[in-house]
Amino acid sequence: MSYFRAENLSLHFGGLKAVDAVSFAVEKGEILSIIGPNGAGKSSIFNLVSRIYNPTSGRIFFEDQDITEEPAFGIAKLGIARTFQNIELFENATLLSNLLVGRHRHSTTQLWQELLFLPSVKANEKIHRRRVEQVIEFLDLEPYRDKLISGLPYGVRKVIELARALCTEPKLILLDEPSSGLNVEETDDMSFWIRDLKTELGITVLMVEHDMTLVNRVSDRVIALNYGKVLAMGSPAEVQRHPDVVAAYLGA
Amino acid sequence: MLDFVQQLVSGIALGCVYGLIALGFVLVYKATEVVNFAQGDLMMLGGFFAFTFIGILGLNYWIGFAGAVVAMALFGMLAERVVVRPILGYPQFSIIMATIGLGYFLRSIAGIIWGTDDLKIETPFSQGVLRIGSLVLAYDKLSVIAATVILCAMLYLFFNRTTLGTAMRASSENMLAAYYMGIPVKRVVSIVWAISAAVATAAGVLLAPITFIHSNVGLVLGLKAFPAAVLGGFGSIPGAVVGGVLIGVIESMAGFYLPQGWKDVAPYVVLLMVLLLKPEGLFGHHARKKV
Amino acid sequence: MRFMFKTDYEDDIKLFPHGGYIVTYGVLLAFLVVAPFILSSYLVSQLVFVFIYATVGVGLMILTGFTGQASLGHAAFLAIGAYTAAYLQQYNVPFPVYFLAAGLLTGVVGAMVGFPALRLQGIYLVIATISFAFIIEEILARWESVTHGNEGMRVKALQFLGTAVSRDSPSFYFLCLAVLTLTIVGTLNLLRSPTGRAFVAIRDSETAARSMGVNVSLYKVKSFAISAAITGFAGVLFAHKLSFISPEMFTLQLSIEFIIVILIGGAFSPHGAVLGAIFIVMIDPFLTYLKDDVPGMIAAVAATFGAGAATAAKIQANVAAFASANGLKGAIYGIIIVLFVLFEPLGLYGRWLKIKLFFQLFPLYKRATFKRQKIYVKSERNR
Repeated sequence: MSYFRAENLSLHFGGLKAVDAVSFAVEKGEILSIIGPNGAGKSSIFNLVSRIYNPTSGRIFFEDQDITEEPAFGIAKLGIARTFQNIELFENATLLSNLLVGRHRHSTTQLWQELLFLPSVKANEKIHRRRVEQVIEFLDLEPYRDKLISGLPYGVRKVIELARALCTEPKLILLDEPSSGLNVEETDDMSFWIRDLKTELGITVLMVEHDMTLVNRVSDRVIALNYGKVLAMGSPAEVQRHPDVVAAYLGA
Repeated sequence: MLDFVQQLVSGIALGCVYGLIALGFVLVYKATEVVNFAQGDLMMLGGFFAFTFIGILGLNYWIGFAGAVVAMALFGMLAERVVVRPILGYPQFSIIMATIGLGYFLRSIAGIIWGTDDLKIETPFSQGVLRIGSLVLAYDKLSVIAATVILCAMLYLFFNRTTLGTAMRASSENMLAAYYMGIPVKRVVSIVWAISAAVATAAGVLLAPITFIHSNVGLVLGLKAFPAAVLGGFGSIPGAVVGGVLIGVIESMAGFYLPQGWKDVAPYVVLLMVLLLKPEGLFGHHARKKV
Repeated sequence: MRFMFKTDYEDDIKLFPHGGYIVTYGVLLAFLVVAPFILSSYLVSQLVFVFIYATVGVGLMILTGFTGQASLGHAAFLAIGAYTAAYLQQYNVPFPVYFLAAGLLTGVVGAMVGFPALRLQGIYLVIATISFAFIIEEILARWESVTHGNEGMRVKALQFLGTAVSRDSPSFYFLCLAVLTLTIVGTLNLLRSPTGRAFVAIRDSETAARSMGVNVSLYKVKSFAISAAITGFAGVLFAHKLSFISPEMFTLQLSIEFIIVILIGGAFSPHGAVLGAIFIVMIDPFLTYLKDDVPGMIAAVAATFGAGAATAAKIQANVAAFASANGLKGAIYGIIIVLFVLFEPLGLYGRWLKIKLFFQLFPLYKRATFKRQKIYVKSERNR
C-alpha cells in the first residue's frame, strides 16, 4: 500500500466544491507537488490533511492508518508536519523558542516535573536544544537564533517555517507554497533544501507550489488540480504537456 | 396573568435601555472592532449633561435633551481622538483596557463635579399612566420603548442605506484597504463615536425617570448591556436591541418569580449558557482565520 | 555591553544567565529577609500586600500574558481560595491542609471555567469571565450556611505547629514571601519547559500550535487551572492578612486591579507583576499623603512666592478638598491605565528593559526595536 493516501476527499462550503472527490497517493521518499491555478483547492487539500478542516467526505490514510478522525495536534504527533503559506509563526517569541515548540511532540515530561525543573526535564531540554541547533545549522539560521520573529524579514520567516516543521522530525512534510514571496536567490536556496529533505533526511514531501521552475527542479511527480478536481498526474513534463492543464492555465 | 404582562412590559422597558447602551457597543464595534467598556459611562455623563441643562439651567426638556445629545456627540469624538485613535490596530485587549481606564476617569470626574447624590430629571413622561382595561402602564416606560424602536430603525437604515454607513462597514473589514479606496477612515471612526455617544445620551435621558442618575449608574447598566450585546452577536444592530430586551425580560421575570438574588445573576447565567452553546451569539457570524 | 559566550546548552536554560543576576537578586533577597526587622510595621504590612498582589499577578500573567486568554474574573478565584480557607479553618483543619485544599479547589474551578472558555475568544472570553465572577460573588452572598452571606466571615490567625502566627508577625511576612518566591520560580521553570512554550505558542497562533502537535484545548485548560490555583493560594494569604472576608471585597473592581497589576508592571515577566503590585499597593498611602501633607506644602510654596496668609490658607483648603474628593482614586486609576496603554504597553519592566538596551547599544539604539505591530484587517485578528 501507499505511504500516504487520500481517497475521494471532498470539501464543500455550501454549494462551493473546494475539493471534489480527489484521490492521490504519496510514495515513501518521494517529492509530490500539487499545482493548479488560484482557487483550485490546493491549500484546502493541505488544510484537510492537517485536519484544520473536516472533510465533507472521503478518507485519509497515513502508514496504513486511518487518520481522518485524528485531531489536528494528533496529526503532528504521527509525524506529519506542515508549513503555512501566509506564515503562522509565534511572532512574539524568539526563533529559538519557535523551533523548540516544534519539539513539542517529543516532550515526555509531566507538569509537576516541569514546575520543579527536575533533572529529567533538564536532560530532555538538552536533547531538544541539540536537535534544534542541528536544524538551525542545516538551514543557516545562526544569525537569527535569539531574535524575535516580529523583527525578521519575510524571506527569513519563510525559512523559519520550514525549520520549525523540521524540528518535529517529521516523516511526511507538507510545504504550502514554500517559495511564495521569495526572490530568485532565496527560491534557489529553498529548492536545494527541499532536495536535501529527501536525500539527506529521508523525509517524504508533499508540496503546493506556483513556481514551475521550482516544481520542475525538485518534484518526482506532479498533480494538477482545477476547480477541486484532479486534471492530471505524472512526471512534471507529462503533466505540463497535458492538454487539460494547458487549457486551465491559458484559459483556452 | 396581569402580573405577568406588567412584568413583561417593565422588563421590555428596562431591556430597551440595555438595548440602547448595547447599540452603542455594537456601533463602535461594527466600525472599528473596538469594544468600548466606557459606553455605560458615556450614558451616565449624558444624563448628567441633561440634568445640568434641564435641572440647573432650567431649559425646556426637549432643548435640554438635544443640547445634551450634541454636547455628548462632541465629547464622544474627543474621547475617540484622545484615547482610542492612537491605539487603533493594537490588540483588542489593549483597547478594552484603555476604555476601562476612560470609564474609571469619567465616573470619578462625574462624582467630583456633580457629587454622589442621586439626581432626578423632570420629564414630560415622569407622571401619568396608560390604562388598558385593568392593565396600568407608566408613560416613562412606554417612552423608552418607543424611542428605542425609532432609534434602532434609524440606525439600521443609516448603516445599510447610506454611503457613510457603507464606509463604516468597509473600514471595519479592512481599515487599510478602505483608506486606500478613499474612505476618510479617521473621520468615519470619529463619527461613529459621536453617534454612539449620542445614542448613549438618549438612553441616559430616557432612563432618568426610571432610575436616578448617579455616577455609578453607567457601570451598573453597562455591565448589563454587555450580555445584551453578546446575546445579539456583537455586530448586529437589531441583535443588540433583541438581546437587550431578552436580558431585561429575563431580569424582570427572575426578580418576580425566582428567589431573591436571582434577579442580578440570571442575565449572566443565560449569557454563559448562550456562549456555551453558540459562542458567537444569537445573531453573530463565526469568523475563522484562513491559513 | 556584555558579550555572552555560550559553551553549553545549559547557558540558555539557566535562570540566571550570568553572575550579575545572582548578585542583584541575592542583595534583593537579603534586604527582604531583614526588612521585617528594620522597617516600620506599616511598611512591612504593605510589603505583605505587595507579595499577595504580586502572586496573583504572576498567576494572571500565566493566563493572560503567556497564554493570551484575558480574564476579568480573577477576584472570584481569590474569593474561592479565601473562603475555602475560612470555612475549613472553622473545623480546625491544619493550615498546610487547607492551604493546599484551597489551591486545589480553585485550580479545579479554574479548569471548569477553562473548558467553556475553549470556544471563546477575545471579547467573548472577557465577558464570560466577568459573568463567572458575578455569579461566584452572588453565590458567596447567598449561600449563607457556608459563607455567612453578606455578614462575611472572620478568619482566625493561622495556626502552625501549635503556635498562632499573627498576621502582622515576621513569620507571616516570610510565609507570603516564600509563596511569592516559589510561585515565581515555578513560573520561570514552566516557561523554560515544553508547557510554557506551548502556552506562548497558543497565544501567538493557535493554528500553528495545533499543527506542531500542541493539544490546544488541554493546554488552555491547564493554563486556567494553574493560574486559578496560584490565585487560590494567594486567596488564603489574603484572608489571613485581612482577618475578615465578605463578598463585596471580591468585586469586578478587584479583578480590574489585578489586570492593572500586570498592565502597569508588564505582562511578560514576573518582574512586571512585582512592580505592578508595588504600584497598586502604594496608591492608597499615596492618596493619604496627598490628602494630609501636600496641601500644606503647596500653601507653603505659595507663601514663599509672596502670597498672603489668607490666600495661602485658601489654596490649602482648595487643594485639600480636591485631594480628598471621593472618586480621586478612580480618576488616578483611569489616567494611569490610559497612559500605560497609550505610551508604555510593555509596562514598567518593559520601560526598564528599553532604558537598559538604550545604554547597552548607545549610540546605536533604534527606536523601532520595540515597535508594536498594528493590524488593520479584521480577518487577521482571528487566531
